Amino acid sequence: MLEISNLRVTHGPIEAVHGIDISVPAGTCVALLGANGAGKTSTLSAITGTAKSTGTIRLEGEDISALPVEARVKRGIALSPEGRRVFYNLSVRENLVMGAAIRKDKAAIAEEVDHWFTRFPILGERRDQPAGTLSGGEQQMLAIARALMSRPRILLLDEPSLGLAPQIVERIFEMIRELRSQGVTILLVEQNATAAIGLSDHVYVLNNGLVSSQGRAADYGNGAELMDQITGVHG
Amino acid sequence: MDYAIQQILNALSFGAEYALIALGLAIVFSIMGLVNFAHGEVIAFGGYSMVIIGTVLTGNPFILMGAVLIACVLVSVLLERVAFRTVRKADLTTGLLTAFGVSIILQNAFLLLGSPRPIPATQFIFLDRTVLVGSIQVSSLQIYETVATALAIVALMIFLRRSTLGLAMRAAALDFEMVRLCGLRANRVIATAFAVSGLLAGLACIFIMARRGAVSPHMGFDPVLTAFVACVIGGFGSLPGAVLGGFLLGAVEVGVLVLLPQSYGSLAHAAVFALVALILVWRPDGILSPAKEKGDKI
Repeated sequence: MLEISNLRVTHGPIEAVHGIDISVPAGTCVALLGANGAGKTSTLSAITGTAKSTGTIRLEGEDISALPVEARVKRGIALSPEGRRVFYNLSVRENLVMGAAIRKDKAAIAEEVDHWFTRFPILGERRDQPAGTLSGGEQQMLAIARALMSRPRILLLDEPSLGLAPQIVERIFEMIRELRSQGVTILLVEQNATAAIGLSDHVYVLNNGLVSSQGRAADYGNGAELMDQITGVHG
Repeated sequence: MDYAIQQILNALSFGAEYALIALGLAIVFSIMGLVNFAHGEVIAFGGYSMVIIGTVLTGNPFILMGAVLIACVLVSVLLERVAFRTVRKADLTTGLLTAFGVSIILQNAFLLLGSPRPIPATQFIFLDRTVLVGSIQVSSLQIYETVATALAIVALMIFLRRSTLGLAMRAAALDFEMVRLCGLRANRVIATAFAVSGLLAGLACIFIMARRGAVSPHMGFDPVLTAFVACVIGGFGSLPGAVLGGFLLGAVEVGVLVLLPQSYGSLAHAAVFALVALILVWRPDGILSPAKEKGDKI
């Protein structure tokens, strides 16, 4: 589905990612793990086109690396960004409608919005309230739902567990597990290695802008060792 | 009683004009962080288009009104394309100076190609008649202006709440990059903002022309300056703030004129701005200052 080769990402004069190869086959969940500043979010920004990069990014064989942000979304890339970035000043419903901005099928969009309200009753109850009034976990659910409203071929999830209470994190991962079982292709960026490995088929570990290891998720056991490596905490 | 109603209508129609122009400024500012001081020249351009089309093509006032609206939308979008798009990613000050530059160039173009003196264009003057409502004499133009502004605000609200582009414009005021990540083209969202801004300028132009009956190169500058103050009072970048600020300024202006003795008439502006200063001491960001988060303007 998504093939990245020799990707270098720069932010002004600084190169954050120094040439990495990543492959996300259709229908799988691939985890991109690493510590703060390892280049995970930079990699996602390069895929969406919001950061400058060299190298090739192929979506279903088509080279999208020269396309502007909007065109990549139309090709089927959707991002649930770090920090959620829901539109605080828009209602919950309006946030979901914005997610479907590239689609024309109004009736189907309305149906899907209702689907999310049934799936997450808390969003349904607050459908007409500004998204800024939601809790962090609810905003994360909304951000993921918004990304899915574009009916993407691949969903990029940037640190969905960041800053959330453990029970809420469990619900978010439950949601991702469910998406995966529905066949949604996912590239998951996380610091929470243990949880991410449990969800994924394949794992890449980023360190200082390079892939330091990769392999089948099963090969990483429960991820405890990796967690120590990423967090620097040795328990 | 008659006097009071007359003055309320005065305040409403003043306020309506300020609100229309302030909304045009606020829509562009909320999305791009650009204070478009060339907005007044869009209004003046509408006036000159009216003169040209009125002379060459038709004197039918209703066709002319449509032409003014279209001319203002087109020139507003054109200015974005040739002047503001190139400095979109630059510093805010660059945008502000660009706007001043565009304003000066256009004013001089009007001077050179038109005339330094007002050129009469009286096709809309018929809107301004004295009519009797019950036993009260009022100006029909003031009623039209208030009603048209109210309708324009309602139409704008519906557009901003119901259409995808409208939602995108509201969302872009907070986080433009995220709007692009939803698949909407930045150019399209910004061009729409300028089109809406131009449409509001066109509406204001019609009423200004109905009152003045003549067009002159600098006719847009003062109203835009006043509208700018209205935006500051309401909270810059907030659309409800622009409307509130416009009407508040209209009310304060008329109130000061009514309450001050005739011999102090020249102090009216000073009194208005003193009140504005007090409001800003109370609410430094304006009464309805918008959310602080701003995404990257791309």
